[in-house]
Amino acid sequence: MGFDILSAIVLLPILAGVVLFFLPAKNHKLIYSFALAVALVTFLLSIAVYVGFDTNGDTFQFVHKYDWLPQLGISYHVGVDGIAAPMVLLTGVVIFTGVIISQRIDDRPREFFAFLFLLASGVFGVFVALDLFALFFFYEIAVFPMYLLIAIWGWKQSREYAAMKLTLYLFIGSVIALVGVLAMYFSSGLNTFDFLALQNANFSPEFQQLWFPFVFFGFAVLGGIFPFHNWSPVGHVAAPTAVSMFHAGVLMKLGAFAALRVGIMLMPEGAQFHMWWIILLTLVNVVYGAFIAMTQTDFKFMIGYSSVSHMGLVAMGLATLNHDGLVGAGIQMVSHGVMTALFFAVVGMIYDQAHTRQILELGGMMKIMPFAGIAFIIGGLVSMGMPGFSGFVAEFPIFMGVWGDTPWIAIVAAISIAVTAAYILRAVGKVFFGEMPAALEGHMHDIKISEKLALGILCAIMIAIGIFPSVIVPMVEHGVQAVLALVGGA
Amino acid sequence: MFGSITPDMILAILPELSLLVVLAIVFIADLVLPKERNGLLPWITAAGLAVTFVVTLLFTNPGAGAELVWGGMLRHDMLAYLGKLLFIFAAFVTTLISVKFGDVWLKGEYYFLMLASTMGMTLMAASADVVMLFLAIETTSIPLYILAGFMTGDNKSTEAGFKYLLFGAMTTAVMLYGFSLLFGFTGTTNLYAMSAAITAGSIPVPVLVGTVVLVLLGLGFKVAIFPMHFWAPDVYEGAPTPITAFLSTASKAAGFLVLIRIMLASFPQVLADWQLILGVAAVASMFVGNVVALTQKNIKRLLAYSGIAHAGYALLGVVAASELGVASVVYYLLVYVVTNLASFGIVVIVWHAVGSDEIADYSGLSRRSPMLALVMLLAFLSLAGIPPLGGFIAKVLVFAAAVEANLVWLAVLGVLNSIIGLYYYLIVLKEVYLGQPTSEEPIAVAPAHGVAIVASILLVLLLGVVIAPGFDWALAAAASLF
Repeated sequence: MGFDILSAIVLLPILAGVVLFFLPAKNHKLIYSFALAVALVTFLLSIAVYVGFDTNGDTFQFVHKYDWLPQLGISYHVGVDGIAAPMVLLTGVVIFTGVIISQRIDDRPREFFAFLFLLASGVFGVFVALDLFALFFFYEIAVFPMYLLIAIWGWKQSREYAAMKLTLYLFIGSVIALVGVLAMYFSSGLNTFDFLALQNANFSPEFQQLWFPFVFFGFAVLGGIFPFHNWSPVGHVAAPTAVSMFHAGVLMKLGAFAALRVGIMLMPEGAQFHMWWIILLTLVNVVYGAFIAMTQTDFKFMIGYSSVSHMGLVAMGLATLNHDGLVGAGIQMVSHGVMTALFFAVVGMIYDQAHTRQILELGGMMKIMPFAGIAFIIGGLVSMGMPGFSGFVAEFPIFMGVWGDTPWIAIVAAISIAVTAAYILRAVGKVFFGEMPAALEGHMHDIKISEKLALGILCAIMIAIGIFPSVIVPMVEHGVQAVLALVGGA
Repeated sequence: MFGSITPDMILAILPELSLLVVLAIVFIADLVLPKERNGLLPWITAAGLAVTFVVTLLFTNPGAGAELVWGGMLRHDMLAYLGKLLFIFAAFVTTLISVKFGDVWLKGEYYFLMLASTMGMTLMAASADVVMLFLAIETTSIPLYILAGFMTGDNKSTEAGFKYLLFGAMTTAVMLYGFSLLFGFTGTTNLYAMSAAITAGSIPVPVLVGTVVLVLLGLGFKVAIFPMHFWAPDVYEGAPTPITAFLSTASKAAGFLVLIRIMLASFPQVLADWQLILGVAAVASMFVGNVVALTQKNIKRLLAYSGIAHAGYALLGVVAASELGVASVVYYLLVYVVTNLASFGIVVIVWHAVGSDEIADYSGLSRRSPMLALVMLLAFLSLAGIPPLGGFIAKVLVFAAAVEANLVWLAVLGVLNSIIGLYYYLIVLKEVYLGQPTSEEPIAVAPAHGVAIVASILLVLLLGVVIAPGFDWALAAAASLF
């Protein structure tokens, strides 16, 4: 079978989390160095998965399967397809950059990194799981640490409320999806939770029509789908920087990914039956999210709502159920993940020094931290879908896919591009090029080399995808082919 | 009556014999040891229980077989075997966390009564005859009444003991009345023979349902499910904390094993009726337990209400009345017992440090003792049903059993309840991790307590990650009933 690289990626962070608990609590330097080393190894492993994925090979690669609870047909079964492999890389990138910029955590850093790694293990686990029980197991592992990370290390004024709201929202979603998964298990009569076996379960159309919404929305809550998006901006704002990066960058993708894996791929007829109205909800996400983002005065809230808008595009791409839309959704998950991680990183760097996130109270950052400014502008261009950046590569196919079925939705959704440009440019203009308020004069200094490195990695990915779409498009297409084979779309 | 005594018959009661020996040793040790050496008593008890555990584990496994022994009084099967191990483990942990507890821990009677109660539980798990069952239940309960009121100088403890005695005696009487009706109509006291007599039409269905309700009232009291739950918070709060731990784990689990056995063995003819009754009781227990737990300020009361809710979840598996259902209940009990033992272990440790059981006094525990806070985090998350801990697997299994039995509505109500549960467990953890401690001094953990909570929490993790061996046992226990 060879080296099980996916299991290594899943288990390394959680084991590191356990080891962390045995390091001396006071030795912050040792704790940080250890966390950084683990994150680096994880990042390198995720690159190895991405590079090692053969776009002419099998649908699922790096597959390994071990018995877990054979009496109920539960196995620990891992493997990645062309959609999951980029997500693994994304997670690796975000955990590495997130740890880099978390150097300033000085309240119980040991616990902070341990919980962060637990979260990372859960996220990796969901992306690579090929067994619904395992997927669910990791899904909950990924959701729970958010509570502690936000409640303990978050922004004092709203952290308890935000953490509880987020946790309850996501758990209600996940337990409802769980009932759906159990219904699938017993209805299939196959006595297995294995994803590949359940693909051929041929659930009756009535079953699929009844259960698809439960499973899809149960997971899509985490993807921030309207009208269940409310927890997300509140959570982003309250979370510490690295956690915001992880949350918006990776965790929300988990919802969309699981909705695709379990909802669309296993109940394709249910998906086709319901998608006409789900796509309308995603349209609300995209347009409403953008408008709300424009009205925000808090920098972090603005980005939080922009995530709602951009994740709406992912859901919209999924809802098309056609080739272009799905490919776009797959790429958008990566593009948005990197972009929003960068946004939150920059906002965090500014907030750490300025102690305010009000856009109107900030200004002149370009002179102080030009590197962060340029990185933010690149992120902004991605956000607007500018050609030459990853956002274009992602959003263009989504709009193409939507246009093919329902042109008016594509037209309405395109409004969001203009709105996004408006709020991004306004923020860039004020925060980076505006005049620096007197209160901040002399308090600000440039960011550290390590932080520049983190931002540099994120920018490089967005530009690389923008200029050489071939680094990702064939891989995602490879994964989408398998989805289309199930859905039977054009 | 018994005919000749075979080795099988001895094996079936080997755990009880071993407990009896330990009991005698403790009794004698209490007499011969000088007063100032009474600190040895818990260690003698714990060692005896450890030996009993190992002996039971190694020598009394009935395998796939199941036979009635001692004239049909006991049934030697996997369900009984697992139950006995569980109770002995619970007694072991209870003994360890009793160390240094007030002045109760220096009294020989304390251990004597606890061992007697444990023996009653092991007999409950195996009872196949209503007479034996009644005796076993009384052997379990009477020592517990005394233990709950053991701190004679403490009003709350006295109140707890008295309350437990009064309600316990009353519900036992009701149950005994049910048993007498069963005997009167069927002419047999054996649980397994009863079913055949009932099938032959010896008892009219309405009377039978009424009788089942009487029996359920008695057993409902033991496992603290709605509407027989009301005693639990007061008794749990007042009783010495180690005894609370024992009550909420072993005693509850023993009641559940009896419930499973009697329902499946004796009353299959009115399956639909008792399914409905227990289904309603399960939903009511979950809601009452979880909703009332939201407002609790005292950790022992909180755990009491959470225990009522957990009995409701476990009941889902009983209601499913399938092999998966029974296996899920057994797994649930395994997990619940070890998780709650860990939780109460922490309550004891914190009580030693701050002298209070108020949730507010858990403030900042993570700053004082990160490791203790971590154990508490794991225990409470297991109660909330979060992976990779046992509670998650247990909950998924009972919900799966409900879905399999076409009781999707029960599963949905169950999962929604687990969200309410999550909320109040998080409230406590918030206090532990976010609150400011009143003192920065690390909390000292006595070695006995440390062993107790570490052993329990490791089992919680083990049951959450390596599921197959435990589930194999649970399945075998379920198979022994069908």
